[in-house]
Amino acid sequence: MKTRSKTIFLLIAAACLIVWSIVTIIPLYWMLVGSVQDSAATASFRPSMLPEAFSFAPYERFFAKTAAWRWLLNSLFISSVLTITNVFFASLAGYAFAKLKFPGSNAIFWVLLSTMMIPAQVTLIPLYILIVNVFNLGDSYTAIILPTAITVGNIFLMKQYMSSLPTSLIHAARIDACSEFGIFWKVILPLAKPGLAVLAIFTFVASWNEFFWPFLITNSTEMRTIQVGLASFVFAESTDFGAIMAGASVGALPMLILFFSLQRYFLQGITIGAVKG
Amino acid sequence: MTTIAPNRVRSSAGRLWREYGWAYLFILAPVLLFLVFTLYPVVSALIMSFQQYNIMNSTWIGFDNYERLFQDATFWKSMRNTVIFTVCTVPVNIIITFVLSYLIYQMKTKWQTFFKATLYLPAVASGVTISIVWLAIFDPTNVGLLNRFLEWFGLDPVIWLGQSKTALFSLILMNWLGSHGAGIILYLASMGGVPKSLYEAADIDHASGWTKFTRITWPLLKPTTLYLLVTGVITSFQVFISVYMMTQGGPNFATTTIAYLIYQTAFQFYEFGLASAQSFVLAFLIILVSVIQFKYFSSDVEY
Repeated sequence: MKTRSKTIFLLIAAACLIVWSIVTIIPLYWMLVGSVQDSAATASFRPSMLPEAFSFAPYERFFAKTAAWRWLLNSLFISSVLTITNVFFASLAGYAFAKLKFPGSNAIFWVLLSTMMIPAQVTLIPLYILIVNVFNLGDSYTAIILPTAITVGNIFLMKQYMSSLPTSLIHAARIDACSEFGIFWKVILPLAKPGLAVLAIFTFVASWNEFFWPFLITNSTEMRTIQVGLASFVFAESTDFGAIMAGASVGALPMLILFFSLQRYFLQGITIGAVKG
Repeated sequence: MTTIAPNRVRSSAGRLWREYGWAYLFILAPVLLFLVFTLYPVVSALIMSFQQYNIMNSTWIGFDNYERLFQDATFWKSMRNTVIFTVCTVPVNIIITFVLSYLIYQMKTKWQTFFKATLYLPAVASGVTISIVWLAIFDPTNVGLLNRFLEWFGLDPVIWLGQSKTALFSLILMNWLGSHGAGIILYLASMGGVPKSLYEAADIDHASGWTKFTRITWPLLKPTTLYLLVTGVITSFQVFISVYMMTQGGPNFATTTIAYLIYQTAFQFYEFGLASAQSFVLAFLIILVSVIQFKYFSSDVEY
């Protein structure tokens, strides 16, 4: 009797989960299906839920009307640089805060951390004036990259992660007369690889998806990232359903592919540095 | 006596450098970036909020910006919208996340991974992409998916984003139906950490399922719930992309959130002083609400 009610419960649970999964996935599915239907931008057009009238014409129109290849390259370059700077400097600082107990380390760490609660809107205007008027860097890669080159959040995650690594190896390396940077480079980094991989993936995805700062700081069409360019395209071409869905897909597909190929890192990575409960 | 003191200072500074020089070098780059791109802007914004800002010569006007914004109907409307959005999304999202996690936890490992991946998926798509797709879903003409869904049930089409009655609700609905994957993964990790022995002990005492839930599961998952609550509130207080992409704050300011108002004040009307004052009100609110949450919801759970 007990096992039978348990089976019924499991079936209902599975049914609920499947329904909710479908609801969650439908927008992305509809976007992909809509991006390969030739809509020809008529008012009576109703995009189908099934891939009918299959055609890549919407993608052709999207790429023809925009500088999307350039935007993709910009996004790839910016996200790659941000990933490298964040992984290297955040792990270096995280290691220093976790393992090298130096005078003032706690105070400095808490000052850094306490500013995380201040919303981005506060620093936005001075940051904009600083970059555009003082440093004269408006509309450049440097302007997009510099403010988030090393984020406090990433340093925090790396400090948490580095704390869990064994200290004994550091002492052993120090006795072997390794330089402090040598210890970090040859001993710590290889040990921390799983954590670094997770940090790299999440930084890359977040940088790729970032909208507001690149949107604010870029003027010319050529300097836009794919997200900024996509937004400008939607405001300019609000009637071409197919091309808009193709654009939305172009903005998201690289990350969806990344997710499918590195799923394990995504699903396990979130718990790194999060609360224990 | 007088000759010893400077020597000691020099030697202790030298010792500090010899022993810890590397450590300071390791944190140098982030500390410099922090000083230039966080600390300086915060101080500068605070000063700006008391000024009639002008690139060349700003004039000090005391609390005028703050007085102005507290008398501004649009500011209060944006506060109201932001609070409604937060109160409607965050608790509901946590309940949805918790129920889904609880259901997934009952499944076999293989299915757990499947559902985790599926429910996480939309989180990797950008806010711009998601907004574009939902813009089409809410479309009031015959493109819109949601009205076609209503049509199935013989219901009349709704102008989701185009009228002030439903615009904010539409953004809330979109948020409910978004990805809860990250929270689900955190909850599942915590559920795996609850000792089985507690449930076995409860079974011996013939505790009901509800008792086990209220006495064991929920209290032990409290830290995760608190984390989701605090981060959820902070995020939704700053909601911007969907507003910018889908409604531009309209119609009739029905979806103007505080983050969107700050953007408009600063970069459409170029009132930097007023925008800074608005941003400090937002910062104050976020910090206040976070502290309250920590105070009232956190409790040291030992097990």
